[in-house]
Amino acid sequence: MQTRRITITDPVGLHARPAAQFVQEAQKHPCRVILMAGDRSADAKSILQVLSLGIRCGQEVVLVAEGPGEEAAIERLSALLGGEGGSPSHDAAACG
Amino acid sequence: MTQPRAVELRGLGAAPGSHLGPAVLVQKAGLASTGRRIRPEEAPAEVERLRAALARAEEELAALEAETRQRLGEEKAGILGAQRMMLQDPALVEAMVRRITEEHLGAEAACLKACEEQAAVLAALDDPYLAERAADVRDVGRRVVRCLTGAAESGLPKGLPPGAVLVAEDLLPSETASLDVQKVGAIVLERGGRTSHTVLIARALGIPVVVGAAGITGVVADGELLLVDGDQGTVVVAPEPERVQAYQAARAEAERERERLLALRDLPGATRDGHRVQVAANIGEPGEVAGVLAAGAEGIGLFRTEFLFLHREAMPTEEEQFEAYRTVLEAVKPRPVIIRTLDIGGDKPLPYLDLPKEENPFLGVRAIRLCFREPELFRRQLRALLRASPYGNLWIMFPMISCLEELRRAKAELAAVREELVAAGVAVADRIPVGIMIETPAAAMAADLLARECDFFSIGTNDLVQYTMAADRGNPALGELADPFHPAVLRLIARTIEEGHRHGIPVGMCGDMAGQPLAIPLLVGMGIDELSMPAPAVLRAKDLIRRADRATFVALWERVRGLATAREVRSCLEEALAELKSEQ
Repeated sequence: MQTRRITITDPVGLHARPAAQFVQEAQKHPCRVILMAGDRSADAKSILQVLSLGIRCGQEVVLVAEGPGEEAAIERLSALLGGEGGSPSHDAAACG
Repeated sequence: MTQPRAVELRGLGAAPGSHLGPAVLVQKAGLASTGRRIRPEEAPAEVERLRAALARAEEELAALEAETRQRLGEEKAGILGAQRMMLQDPALVEAMVRRITEEHLGAEAACLKACEEQAAVLAALDDPYLAERAADVRDVGRRVVRCLTGAAESGLPKGLPPGAVLVAEDLLPSETASLDVQKVGAIVLERGGRTSHTVLIARALGIPVVVGAAGITGVVADGELLLVDGDQGTVVVAPEPERVQAYQAARAEAERERERLLALRDLPGATRDGHRVQVAANIGEPGEVAGVLAAGAEGIGLFRTEFLFLHREAMPTEEEQFEAYRTVLEAVKPRPVIIRTLDIGGDKPLPYLDLPKEENPFLGVRAIRLCFREPELFRRQLRALLRASPYGNLWIMFPMISCLEELRRAKAELAAVREELVAAGVAVADRIPVGIMIETPAAAMAADLLARECDFFSIGTNDLVQYTMAADRGNPALGELADPFHPAVLRLIARTIEEGHRHGIPVGMCGDMAGQPLAIPLLVGMGIDELSMPAPAVLRAKDLIRRADRATFVALWERVRGLATAREVRSCLEEALAELKSEQ
């Protein structure tokens, strides 16, 4: 199992186009991928569940991948969400 | 023929235009057999039925998406693309299947319940974007049910009579997108908001729409004549013959008047003795340029850039903005285009900006104040504007300036962006006039100070009236106060024009007042240099200006100047207008 903690830096949050791109990428991977925000979680392959998390810019999420190809999945998906690192102050600035 | 009964219903005008035609009631499609239950052993076959219907629904949506892309463009097609993605959503499909295998519901009910549950979750998140998605999930659910029951592709009756007025509780965006414009003359809905996808699509198709016409589906019979006014938001069911005749006569008269005015199209805005007053048009998006040129406008006095920023989830890119500005500049050159930088505030939340909720957004962080707070947003727009500048005659205008510090700061930002671009070797026009909206009493009172440091003024009367009279222009109870003809407002306008001219800069106007026949003679008398208005008002404005010598207009202003109330001003102007119209 792979997990990754990510702060969303897209000013839009995880909405609309970014959400669609994220879900389409998740669907390419055979493993199970879960996106967690606070105490709620969503199947990363379901656009409706992902949208229902209502994730905003600056919010921290946890990505969990389990199964075949889980490492590739977590790399690609966390890169889409705003990647690793990124100092907290910089993240906050992006959210205006 | 139906009996005239002249029942009048009032809703909200959602898409402009008027139309007279026979009613066609649209029933919600295929939802009849939804309550059916199945025996446990039937579940596998029922799941198969569901999957086949899902596949058919997806084909339908893909075809509709492609057609919509061709007819209405990428943005409207995107609405259907998002629906297609929902249709393939594994969690949604699984929820449907579970209701069949575990609750033994028929596929129709299983589908509707799963979609409704998901829609409720989205709607509960209190986010306008997600609320629209909730409507999309419901639309998707109904489409699948239609495919299950084998009902017609949509609830829309086949074989519409020409000029049909569709009457429905609500229409789904996918239904509106598939309408045949040749046949549909107007739409009347019991529900629906002014900004729903359905309305946006109808507007793009040029179909008048009235929404919120409560009770209409219960009052109208199929085939009854309806008189629909999409500007006023009224519907008359089975109007009396006199009213029908009056409507048709008014249409014919309007047509004759239109032809008379069309002769003025290529003539300049000028008084009879040759004093120039440019008549320009306002636009809200590049698509309106063709209409503006056809209407005989001498330029664009206000290009609102909000369309680039609203109804979307991400900040527009510099490239996207550049394309929009360039398109307009190229189409209109050598005539000038005044592009106003973003004029928006907390009353219109943008999902990609975290704007604080304000007690009073009209006195809050809006327009230029917002741009200063969001430097990346502002600079991106300024970069796109400057890059577009070599393609035409660009004038840049800053909204809601209320003091000199703001003007200086905005100009400094512009200069910094220009320096950056020039250093990077990007072409930028040498001289770009930079002006401001005069829409706060503060700016009007400080017009002498501001005029020294900018190249033009444009008076925004809607806000100027609202701020001067302290009267919300959207509040119907304050209609009499929110009137530009109050002497206090007229004095601010006159002062702005005088101070602008004293410092050698032109003064225009781009608020509602600029296009009002009652106001135009007065404004010309005050010395206004340019009037910018909705395209349909341009020819009428030219006509008025061309009817008299400058001295006649000046004398009118001298007369109005001495009046004490808005009512006195109005009646004086009405007299003058009647006199002007009788000229020739």
